[in-house]
Amino acid sequence: MNTQAITPNAKPELVCPAGTPAALRAAVDSGADAVYCGLANETNARNFAGLNFTPDLLEQGIAYARGRGTKVLLAVNSFATAPRTQLWFDAVDTAARLGVDAVIVADIGVASYAAEHHPQLRLHLSVQAGASSPEAIRYYCSEFNVKRVVLPRILTVTEIAAIHREIPCEIEAFVFGNIGMMSEGRCSLTNYVTGTSTNMDGVCSPANAVHYMDLPDGSKTAGLGDFEIDCFAAGEHAGYPTICKGRYLSPVRKEPYYAFEEPVSLNLSSLLPDLIAAGVTALKIEGRQRSRSYVQAVVSAYRRAVDDIAAGRWHDLSGLVALTEGGKETQGAFQTKKWR
Amino acid sequence: MTTELTMGPLLFHWPAETKRDFWFRVADEAPVETVYLGEAVCSKREPFFNPHIEEVSERLTRAGKRVVWSSLAQVVTAIDRRASTGIAEFETADIEANDASLLPLLHRKPHRIGQYLNVYNEATITHLASNGAYHFSLQPELPAETISRLTEAAEAAGATTEVQVFGRVTLALSARCYHARAHGRTKDNCLFVCENDADGMELQTRSHHKFLAINGIQTLSHRYLELSAEIPALVAMGVAALRLSPHSLDMTAVARAYRQLLDGRISADETFARLAELGMPQPVMNGFFHRKPGYLHVGAQPELS
Amino acid sequence: MAEENLKGLMLPVVIGKLLAPLPLFPLQFILSRMVRGIAQRRPEFFARLGSHIDSSYAIDVTELPFVLLLKPNPRNPELTAHRRPDKVASDASIAGPFMELFKVLDGRGDSDAMFFSGNLKVSGNTEAAVCLRYALDDLEGSVIEDLLHMGGPALMPAHLLLQRLRRLEMQA
Repeated sequence: MNTQAITPNAKPELVCPAGTPAALRAAVDSGADAVYCGLANETNARNFAGLNFTPDLLEQGIAYARGRGTKVLLAVNSFATAPRTQLWFDAVDTAARLGVDAVIVADIGVASYAAEHHPQLRLHLSVQAGASSPEAIRYYCSEFNVKRVVLPRILTVTEIAAIHREIPCEIEAFVFGNIGMMSEGRCSLTNYVTGTSTNMDGVCSPANAVHYMDLPDGSKTAGLGDFEIDCFAAGEHAGYPTICKGRYLSPVRKEPYYAFEEPVSLNLSSLLPDLIAAGVTALKIEGRQRSRSYVQAVVSAYRRAVDDIAAGRWHDLSGLVALTEGGKETQGAFQTKKWR
Repeated sequence: MTTELTMGPLLFHWPAETKRDFWFRVADEAPVETVYLGEAVCSKREPFFNPHIEEVSERLTRAGKRVVWSSLAQVVTAIDRRASTGIAEFETADIEANDASLLPLLHRKPHRIGQYLNVYNEATITHLASNGAYHFSLQPELPAETISRLTEAAEAAGATTEVQVFGRVTLALSARCYHARAHGRTKDNCLFVCENDADGMELQTRSHHKFLAINGIQTLSHRYLELSAEIPALVAMGVAALRLSPHSLDMTAVARAYRQLLDGRISADETFARLAELGMPQPVMNGFFHRKPGYLHVGAQPELS
Repeated sequence: MAEENLKGLMLPVVIGKLLAPLPLFPLQFILSRMVRGIAQRRPEFFARLGSHIDSSYAIDVTELPFVLLLKPNPRNPELTAHRRPDKVASDASIAGPFMELFKVLDGRGDSDAMFFSGNLKVSGNTEAAVCLRYALDDLEGSVIEDLLHMGGPALMPAHLLLQRLRRLEMQA
């Protein structure tokens, strides 16, 4: 591991989730360099009832963050869907009017609208765009003047370093939180099961399709729509039924198994120096759907870690394991190709 | 304008000779106007079929089919990049881009956009058309109204659209190989276990409900999409081409059934009956088109034994 | 109340036992005042609930002898207590031990994780329940503290109880 101190100008930006105004204030107060949020509609990939911001709340959030030197990014990162396309354009207009520091876009149509109508508005390419190669990233840079790409959580640190050398924009990488198993922006599993689409409606595993059922033997099933996603023994941690984290039967397996991935969270705290050395400009914490106390805990821990690394001190983030899904953490694809 | 039938890229890892014979048969007998060659799912599979590519494309061309090269749907590794960008080097090839990696290389050259590249609105159509796209194969999850709007937008940009009407539907891609994972392996040492499943490896829920099908890094629906009842609506919208996604059942006969439906010689019910006789697994799905859960079948499905 | 009892996590059980024989009428009065107080002081709470202001929530604290029923319509908010084992009809139900629900209301727990950890049992309309959680989470500070402030000096003992509960929860 690279334990050298990093130069101050290479100190990465800490980009933190804000699902509600309270979470936004928690993130800002805990040392976020930037917070990202979404409007309360289909225009972002965390469109859950009870979450997100009205334009008024966003305006207040921006004022709060600005006053404390924190940037605000607006995620308009689902896919504008005809005939509702205008809704996404309106979101971009709102972002421009309120003066957010950047808009995070995934859709080519939305990016092209923003570039044409608000050329001064800074654009980041969302992980939902699934741009995993230098050629793809360069296309978004040249066509829409994208300034930063949020890389898919499927690349190794070595691959990130290689991409960094071949692209003209900044790199933002996920370091903590939910781990995306499927290529983001290219998954219609939720729509297959529930009729609500991740790309078109901004919802993955919507709560209105979730149901738990207690069985006589004390076990508990978690279902989504008409399908059973998992079954938990009595006393076993019963997770939220996300299709790509369920247990299924396969003809080549005797027992039900996690066909895609176990319910674990990404925690790259030990890889931070390597990520920074690979050229990552911004570190992203996932979790707009998480509580403000979670945001406060994770952001403060990462704030200390980034500051420690910048000062050449040892950093310890072992306390974060308690906040990971099911208490299990992984470095996912980032450390080794064996994950694939 | 008559509606075309196309044979989509073969998504599964069949033995090279089986694959070659499949395309030979399509060339000789299947009433489809356009065929999509190329490996869309896994770059590791590509070398197996390379020795046959020339003879296959020649025979298809000679039979009057238009041959399109469908590119890799997801580009991550160096091998993926070579596989993906390699096809752009053929100056005269008709290319279907399934990933944004190809877009800069196809700039201002006429090309097609595949169903793996996200196209959900008019502005995306307009932008991609200005980059050279002249044909859009739409995402299977789009509902009728969106297909209709996008087809209008394509027409306005001098382009056409294509919609899949038959076969398992792609639902997700990943960098991880789930076929390898099921066998306790990783993508790098997969031993090509995906070759064992001609139509994908089926996943069931723990309560034994058929759910999904795994094909390497790709996750497909368990059910087959079957849109014969929706074809009149698609034709009325102006959709130019209907895609059949290849499976191990007799695809030539499948194509013949849809051709006869398009020609008005048999009804949707008769088409369905033919497909059922050919061994199409049931029940089938059409939910996405009706803005319902994709796996559902909306409308009466003929009762068949 | 003896500190030893608190340490032994007995407190919720003790509260339950104390309340068991009481008639529900005075409690109904206090609950009704509480929810109206929130409606006045925290209107943003209802805005965040969106269409779920018309949903009803059963809050089932394991140790208590009654189930709370919340109807968060801002025009006529209701919080009522119902004796077990009477069936309480609700759109969503959140059941669990006192301490877990206390952490959610007090704004300090990682309620997202707790909701799906098995300690709390969410049934019925999961979306309504999750939406309520988001709305509670957006209430800065502690709802409980808020309620106690509304009560004025008469609730001083409750303030002390709150401090004790927090200490207890930190030790746990």
